[in-house]
Amino acid sequence: MASSPLVDRHGHDVHGGHSGRRHPAHQFDTMEQQKESSTLGMWLFLVTEIMFFGGLFVAYLVYRTMYPAAFAAASSTLNVPLGALNTAVLICSSLTMALAIRSAQVNSRKGAVLFLLLTMLLGSTFLVVKGFEYADKFREHHVPGATFNFALENAHATAVTQAADPDFQRHAQIFFSLYFIMTGIHATHMIIGLGILAVLVFYTRRGKFDSEYYNPLEMTGLYWHFVDIVWIFLFPLLYLLGAHLHG
Amino acid sequence: MSEHVITPVKTYVFVFVGLLVGTLATVLVSGLDLGWANNIVAMTIAILKALAVLYFFMELRHSTRMTALTAIAGFFWLVLMLLMIMMDYWSRHAIVLPVPGK
Repeated sequence: MASSPLVDRHGHDVHGGHSGRRHPAHQFDTMEQQKESSTLGMWLFLVTEIMFFGGLFVAYLVYRTMYPAAFAAASSTLNVPLGALNTAVLICSSLTMALAIRSAQVNSRKGAVLFLLLTMLLGSTFLVVKGFEYADKFREHHVPGATFNFALENAHATAVTQAADPDFQRHAQIFFSLYFIMTGIHATHMIIGLGILAVLVFYTRRGKFDSEYYNPLEMTGLYWHFVDIVWIFLFPLLYLLGAHLHG
Repeated sequence: MSEHVITPVKTYVFVFVGLLVGTLATVLVSGLDLGWANNIVAMTIAILKALAVLYFFMELRHSTRMTALTAIAGFFWLVLMLLMIMMDYWSRHAIVLPVPGK
């Protein structure tokens, strides 16, 4: 293995020149092959995530198709400014994540640590804002369960639709169930992401990553951006569905 | 392949600004009552934003064909699932067959 000629697709001798410092794990011929394997494996995991969230999106679409009025009225009680703020915060965190990887690519250890910490800060901001939104929903009795009560308040949006839908309360509860499940699982992904980022900060500070090897940073980036994409769809579907009902 | 390609900061910032503009646009449009067109506009913007994240932030533009195919297959199957299931629900109450003899 060690004596075999290791040449990447560009014809460079992988073990020669200035790039000879890093060696791939023993099952790989080149650093490049190692990275491609990581990327493909990460994408296969993300495909399972697409299906995981996809099932919830289908459930949302089916119930929304069945009870459009209750869904629009329930959606109109969500806080659009906070939702939009969180969308912007997540997009910012995607930018800092991309810049963290770029820092590693140009061998800037300080830059990578800084941008990873910024990503964590923005991710935490998202969760804090989400926490305030959840607290509001608990106060308003919009959390599905024994104390759920939707129709009494928000009479403006519900007055028209309630007459047409006798099971209005139950159908609004379905919307809030989907809201809490989808945003809750999304937030769980963010918390897991924050944990992974914390580990990456630790290893980046110790100099584990540089321009030749930064696979864990890049794979975490794929995960983080994917979670961002999920939110890009959750925001209009949950928050903006009933936004035109605000009077 | 991608280890030789370092995306300029400018590109990332450009995509970032585009995503923010898309977010602002989708919020503004949602305040108008356009009927069914609200959904079309919101989903079009969301899909464009997702494609920007996939293409630039997730580096699909520098990925191998194998990786790109895997990603596309994932979303393709999601669309299949959505369409197949929703074809049923969207059409279930719409078709009223005439009853012979009445």
